[in-house]
Amino acid sequence: MSTGLDQKPRRLPKPTAFHRGDRVFTRLVTVAAFTSLAVLLGIAIFLGTQMIPVIQSQGLAFFTTTEWTFTFAMDESDEVKFGIFGMIYGSIVLALIAVVISVPIALLLAVFVVFLAPARVAKWMTNFIDLMAAIPSIIIGLWALYIFQPVGVEWAALLNQYLGWIPFFSVTSDNFIGSPFIAGWVLAIMMIPIVTAVTREVLDRTPPELVNAAESLGCSLWTMLRYVALPFGRGGLVGGVMLGMGRALGETVAVYFVLKLVFDVNLFRILDSGGGSVATMIVAKFGEAGPQELQVLLASGFVLFIGTLIVNIIANAIVNRTGKLKS
Amino acid sequence: MSTAEFEETATATLDAELGQRSPDAKIEMESRELSVWFGSRKVLEGVSIKFPSNSVTALIGPSGCGKSTYIRTLNRLHELIPGAALAGEVLYEGEDIYAPEIDPVSIRLKIGMVFQKPNPFPSMTIRGNVLSGLKLSGMKRPNHDDIVEETLTAAGLWKEVKDRLDHAAGELSGGQAQRLVIARALAVQPRVLLMDEPCSALDPASTLKVEDTIAELSKSMTIIIVTHNMQQAVRVSDTTAFFLAAENEPGHVVEQGPTTEIFSNPQDERTLDYVNGRFG
Repeated sequence: MSTGLDQKPRRLPKPTAFHRGDRVFTRLVTVAAFTSLAVLLGIAIFLGTQMIPVIQSQGLAFFTTTEWTFTFAMDESDEVKFGIFGMIYGSIVLALIAVVISVPIALLLAVFVVFLAPARVAKWMTNFIDLMAAIPSIIIGLWALYIFQPVGVEWAALLNQYLGWIPFFSVTSDNFIGSPFIAGWVLAIMMIPIVTAVTREVLDRTPPELVNAAESLGCSLWTMLRYVALPFGRGGLVGGVMLGMGRALGETVAVYFVLKLVFDVNLFRILDSGGGSVATMIVAKFGEAGPQELQVLLASGFVLFIGTLIVNIIANAIVNRTGKLKS
Repeated sequence: MSTAEFEETATATLDAELGQRSPDAKIEMESRELSVWFGSRKVLEGVSIKFPSNSVTALIGPSGCGKSTYIRTLNRLHELIPGAALAGEVLYEGEDIYAPEIDPVSIRLKIGMVFQKPNPFPSMTIRGNVLSGLKLSGMKRPNHDDIVEETLTAAGLWKEVKDRLDHAAGELSGGQAQRLVIARALAVQPRVLLMDEPCSALDPASTLKVEDTIAELSKSMTIIIVTHNMQQAVRVSDTTAFFLAAENEPGHVVEQGPTTEIFSNPQDERTLDYVNGRFG
């Protein structure tokens, strides 16, 4: 109801307007915030401009073919061809293998730490898992090459022996070394601390009154997790998995040690020797690359950059869907 | 009607009702010499209370005297807290619910609970909340639609939500949410309902609705309610137990008996002071 009083709101000052220190600090914070944005944009533009000549010379074949001309061995007259389809596909396969292995392990670990372990064990274990995330990837790579791979090869042989009839686990040779399966395991080990940390945090925030309600309704640990804790933390859980997947997609050095890089697409035989990874391909080719090949590698970097961006966008979309209800 | 008048009427009604109950009404539950610890700290000592069938018992007393802890021992929620321990017995239909062969889940299903803060599951619909106990406990009951209607009607919520059963439980007001969780507790067919200050987070109108629900439910089930609201204890309960804890001492029951006795003619001076609002 209007009383007919004609008033305009008064202008009120910003809370930081009065003190010189506040004003300076405000500007500093603003500049810092925009600097990070500028760096991100700068990288995107730099990589994006490398993309243009590559597309001009290679066309869409850059994304859809697997041929790679070894520039140091070619004649001047040869036509150079660069196609990274095998690498893009390989990166996705590696990330998926890593997710399939690491997510169940991380979830069970987090459930143990949050709901089952005595306080002291939980604390000790949490620190230990966090420490795992701090191991440099070069160390993981060396460990994977010398310690894990010989074991992983045995696992791969067993999988092939008993589940070889599933196309994923079939092989074309008896060489299990340097397979996407081995590299996927190494990535999974690197993902576990990240996914566990996020999952633990999410489960830990399950409101106690909801846990109480479930307990008073005769829940088991499993039904409480399934109907109360996991639905409540779904957004955070997906976020954690995507965060880990981001690391898996971008990981370079550890994979470099255990993946036999081949440009042909290894379509589904994950136990077979040889696979692809954009990040690893860049580091593997960088040292020997001529000017044109270098440009192609930078363009590949742009593809990787966009790929991780897409993963994040999908993650956001899933997280934002949490409003959906189950009856 | 003034509060005094209201209390008088309520008391008169209660007198009439109590008169109708046979003096040796069946005892549904009781605790015998129950003592409770958190770690090395003893929080309750020697609590013996009998809960007659189809009646309402109010547990009153100042904060921190162990009332909430006590009712959590009655359906074995207490033991889920690390370091929790107890001595003595809790009998349900004459059997010790802490006997080694008893599955705690079966006890929690027979003895339901409603908490202080309305706690519907936010990721479920109204209907999903009512039926959640079946999922959580793995209990099989046919005709889910009937269960939803029956329990929501019993909780006095059916008319308000029948057209939006598939809406989020988060849409409900505090009072409606509290009646929803009462319906949720009823869906697993408990014989006893424990209520831990069920109205302390509600406005007066919602409080009266929940009290109506309690009165209705007590015709067919045993209700044990913790409350800080003296008028509420008088309005809803048949019997009352008064808990008290001296500083750094475990809580114990000072006095118990028919609610009218406790409020009009208490034997202990501390009870008299408490029910008249002189402390706590």
